[in-house]
Amino acid sequence: MKRPNWKIWTGFILSLVAAFSYPFVFVRWPITREFPWANLVLFAIALVFLFLGLRRAFKPDKTIISKVFSCFAAAFGVLLLAGLLFMFFVMGSWLPASTGAPQVGLKAPDFTLTDSNDQPVTLAQLLIEQVNNKPPAAVLLIFYRGYW
Amino acid sequence: MGISVDTPAQTRKHMVQEAGYPFTFLSDPKLETIGRYDLVHAQELASGKDIARPAEFLIDPSGTVRWRMVTENFFVITRPEQVLDAAKALR
Repeated sequence: MKRPNWKIWTGFILSLVAAFSYPFVFVRWPITREFPWANLVLFAIALVFLFLGLRRAFKPDKTIISKVFSCFAAAFGVLLLAGLLFMFFVMGSWLPASTGAPQVGLKAPDFTLTDSNDQPVTLAQLLIEQVNNKPPAAVLLIFYRGYW
Repeated sequence: MGISVDTPAQTRKHMVQEAGYPFTFLSDPKLETIGRYDLVHAQELASGKDIARPAEFLIDPSGTVRWRMVTENFFVITRPEQVLDAAKALR
């Protein structure tokens, strides 16, 4: 019974962890979401293991199956890294430019919209409406994607 | 307050009842205000519809924009402390 190539297995599993820990774990905190450095560190370690595992697999004593699996695992790891980079840098910037959005120092266009109790609300009204018996210091408008 | 294309019934269910947010949610299903603020994300991939892109504006009582965040990357979104710092700077 030959010893398994644990380096390629470690690299394979670690590259899966490196990719999927972004959407499932690291996206929760601004410091790891705003740049995926934690995932890139994990990928760097994974790629080292994949490289060492690949070198091990091409030693003469390893079977053809081991060689094929190692190549597949290494290619898969690189593909996952490419996938993460594509998601973050390319898909992340798939947003309209919004060059006409109100700039700092300019008047915010007034509007009338319906609130969750089906009542009409205007921006002008929100800017003077008392909160806890005090006029508001400011109004924060949060445009969000919604549930459709 | 929050503004989206969701209907009042949807914001009541998701934002008020389920999420429990205490602030106002406004519905703009025809994207009139979202369009006037140039924040329409046309044919957005996940929804397949025209929806609002994420953006935040802090408006002072005179109606002037004093701070804004119109992100260029979906993963770089406003941190709560950024809004609080901007609000404190108004005083």
